[in-house]
Amino acid sequence: MNLSLLVLVPLITAVAVVFCKGPGGVRWVSLAGATVQLLLSFGLLALYWKERASGNDTAFLFEYRHAWFPSWNIWYHVGVDGISVAMILLTALVMEAAILVSWAIKPMSREFFILLHFLSAGAYGFFLSLDLFTLFFFLEVSVIPKFLLIGIWGSGRKTANDGPSAGPPVAAPDSAMKLALMLMGGSALVFVGLIGLYYNTAGVHSFDLMSIAQMHIPLSVQRVFFPFLFVGFGIFTALFPFHTWVPDGHSSAPTAASMFLAGISMKLGGYGCLRVALLLMPEGAREYSPVIILLATIAIVYGAFATMMQKDLKYMNAYSSISHCGFILLGIGMLTRTAIAGAVMQMISHGLMTALFFAAIGMIYERTHTRLVQQLGGLLKIMPFISTVFVIAGLCSLGLPGLSGFVAEITVFMGSWQRAGEMYRLATILACASIVVTAVYILRATGQAIMGPVKEPAYNRLRDATWNEKLAGILLGAGIIAIGVAPFWLSDLLGPGVSAIMDHAGAALKVSGH
Amino acid sequence: MWADILFSLRQELIVTGILFLLLFMKIGAVAWGTEGILYFVNLLLLANLILGFFPGGDSTLFSGMFHTDRLIVLEKNMLNLATLIVSLQAYSWLKEHRQVLEFYMLLLSTLLGFFFMISAGNLLIFYLGLELSTIPLAALSSFDVEKRQSSEAAMKFILSSALASALLLFGISLLYGATGTLDFSAIAGRLDGSAFQLFAFILILSGFAFKISAVPFHLWTADVYEGSPVTVTSYLSVVSKGAVFFIFILVLYTVFKPMAGSWYKIIVLLSVLTMVTGNLFALRQENLKRLLAFSSIAQSGFILAGVTGGSRGGEASVIFFILVYIFSNLGAFGVVSFISAQTGKEGIQDYKGLYGTNPLLSWVMAISLFSLAGIPPTAGFFGKFFLLMAAAGKGNYVFISIAALNMVISLYYYLRVIKAIFMDSQPEPVERLKLPLLPKVALLVCVVGIVVTGLVGGIYDYIYSLSIGF
Repeated sequence: MNLSLLVLVPLITAVAVVFCKGPGGVRWVSLAGATVQLLLSFGLLALYWKERASGNDTAFLFEYRHAWFPSWNIWYHVGVDGISVAMILLTALVMEAAILVSWAIKPMSREFFILLHFLSAGAYGFFLSLDLFTLFFFLEVSVIPKFLLIGIWGSGRKTANDGPSAGPPVAAPDSAMKLALMLMGGSALVFVGLIGLYYNTAGVHSFDLMSIAQMHIPLSVQRVFFPFLFVGFGIFTALFPFHTWVPDGHSSAPTAASMFLAGISMKLGGYGCLRVALLLMPEGAREYSPVIILLATIAIVYGAFATMMQKDLKYMNAYSSISHCGFILLGIGMLTRTAIAGAVMQMISHGLMTALFFAAIGMIYERTHTRLVQQLGGLLKIMPFISTVFVIAGLCSLGLPGLSGFVAEITVFMGSWQRAGEMYRLATILACASIVVTAVYILRATGQAIMGPVKEPAYNRLRDATWNEKLAGILLGAGIIAIGVAPFWLSDLLGPGVSAIMDHAGAALKVSGH
Repeated sequence: MWADILFSLRQELIVTGILFLLLFMKIGAVAWGTEGILYFVNLLLLANLILGFFPGGDSTLFSGMFHTDRLIVLEKNMLNLATLIVSLQAYSWLKEHRQVLEFYMLLLSTLLGFFFMISAGNLLIFYLGLELSTIPLAALSSFDVEKRQSSEAAMKFILSSALASALLLFGISLLYGATGTLDFSAIAGRLDGSAFQLFAFILILSGFAFKISAVPFHLWTADVYEGSPVTVTSYLSVVSKGAVFFIFILVLYTVFKPMAGSWYKIIVLLSVLTMVTGNLFALRQENLKRLLAFSSIAQSGFILAGVTGGSRGGEASVIFFILVYIFSNLGAFGVVSFISAQTGKEGIQDYKGLYGTNPLLSWVMAISLFSLAGIPPTAGFFGKFFLLMAAAGKGNYVFISIAALNMVISLYYYLRVIKAIFMDSQPEPVERLKLPLLPKVALLVCVVGIVVTGLVGGIYDYIYSLSIGF
């Protein structure tokens, strides 16, 4: 399969959208583009399984190399393993759902969809890249669409309308600026880290992921550049204390952008930490492992408590994303095979869950024009479908067995427990305990907003989800349930990729007694 | 013999030819219409650009005074291209102006000066070329004769240029005293890095630093950029700066190669100072011309970072970045120039709500600014990446980190403009403007250049293949 198609299809769609007539055409062409992406991703999954079943066990399948800047030894190099296939599938699902929920976006729907396709092209490219330059290129491509999507179509926090208790007012363009600058800061760190790696590769300097992985980067170099790469990518995943862009950015963004940001863009960071920082500098990872775990634990606990204090549903989900992404970093920091597998699962699970959550919140906000929990109530009676979606996302977030959140989190916890040492045990216990806090805020929000009597008589006239919103909810919900009920297909898919990282790192990662 | 001279000097001769043609048109009896002149001159400049690509080998004339090779031909073509774009963009402004022919005569004189400067093989020719370009530039700065600001800008420019030239000349004379020659190739062999020579070098470097507005020699930049007509400003910021960088890197990499150990540290310091100062001052600017002036100072800092690389990649990345910079900066200046010519508005505040009325101009501006900020997929990303990669070849990662941090800072003020255009609104935005053909072509060329130059890897590698390196 030609993997570049995944990058080209969104770009072609974006160009096609430019020439569409009227909002109807724009919508349908966008949806068609997203559907082609989704079909391609499922096709990729099928082909991947077929290759693996036929005994092809090379690390990366469907590789393609093209010399881009030969004088720097920079290549356009793509290929996939199980982890990338899963991430691509996630991207395609979220993208399809994002298009569906922005069906009636106004104003400037054309520009909106173009930017959204541009954003997804960047994400696909990132997950496909096997050359660090290509990877960095696609990581940064997202800056333009993110900034414009949030700034133009976003809705900040308006104190006047939402009551004095909601917190200080936040203007969407300011959140967009904050997000763009902080993520650019992350990119800058990644950039320094990558250049440091490049000039410390043996022989002809190279950005090639696999060939750097074969070399042994000296420990002194790893010590210096591991933090650059890990923190740089970590900023994308809301690594404490660089998480501050998350609440404002996610909450100000329009629904589709929130879904994409929290669902996919935050995962770019986790993927980068794993694929670049950990794979290429395992000894550095071991040295800094306690620090990573400390920061991740703080993010988990702090995120959970901060969520509890939120009154705005979007802020609630944004803060809970900080907490949930903490699990990803915790899993990576623990450096055991199970924990890392759990971290990858958590990326997928959280991607689906948070996208579904933001979709449900978006639908509620579109109807009631408020996101404040205290102003909502009894939505189950008025809009049963949306409320069900909301509850499924919530239950997934608090780790109910049968949904994907449980599978991912329990894997992280089991993997973390395998790491011996008081500090690691304590971190695991704290992380587990945070689930209780999660349950508190999820159940409380559900109880107030979804259950109970109808708060405003005007709400009775509101209608339930339209077909497109239902389809979006069903797509993401099906993904959550599919993983929750039958997790083995996912762990089989991810297994070889995780094992490759672990085997590769080999002795460097022997951190525990077994 | 003559054929050889004519052929090697072909680019200079074409420009001179156009110059004289315009002179005859001016003193001739026929009264030409402004519009006609504008189309005619732009056609001539296009022909000049195309003829410039006529292939030719290396040659040295006048016993080493004048020197040309494929890289220098390429550099001159880049300057031709930039001049053409500037001229196309000047259409709306010049249409209302009475002295169109004089404008082009001055413009082409400076271009001719730059050509001789970058082809120089001898400090005298270098100095002559520099002066040939500087004096008409000062006249150009004051070209809005009825505006006081414009005359003020010209005054500032001529004074600071005079100081720069004085420093440069002093440095050249000291160097002559130290080595006994003015010839580039001969100087390199006679340098031993003594304190006296280092002093001469510092003086020459200061002269260059004035021209590329490196901190602490940048003070004239913002005022001159703001006061001059926008067209002249864009010419100054792109063509003038680009040409000086071409010769600067040549002089550093060949003439002062024996002193590389000394100049490396100085240039690193200059680079850091320039990018930090440029960025910090740009943060609070409200006038777009001033903002772009400080941004161009910061960009000089980045180019200097590439210069520190001291390698073939360093030279190639600098030349590549200047190509990218031509497209990006002229894209931004083109929009500013057009809106300023039509409405007189130049503040960031005036651009609020521009997207609602002028979507095309807004996108051109946004793409250009993203390219200046170094965000992919624009060419600016590749340009900055390669500059810093070249710089990192020396292993100075603190320097690279500072530069990377500066990219974040610079993003802020570029995004401020984009925010005003796309996200803010005001009761009276810039009205809907009709873009005439020539400026439209210019903006199109810029956008295509921004998109293509980076993504197509062959362009960088072509420049790399021509670079001589260190």
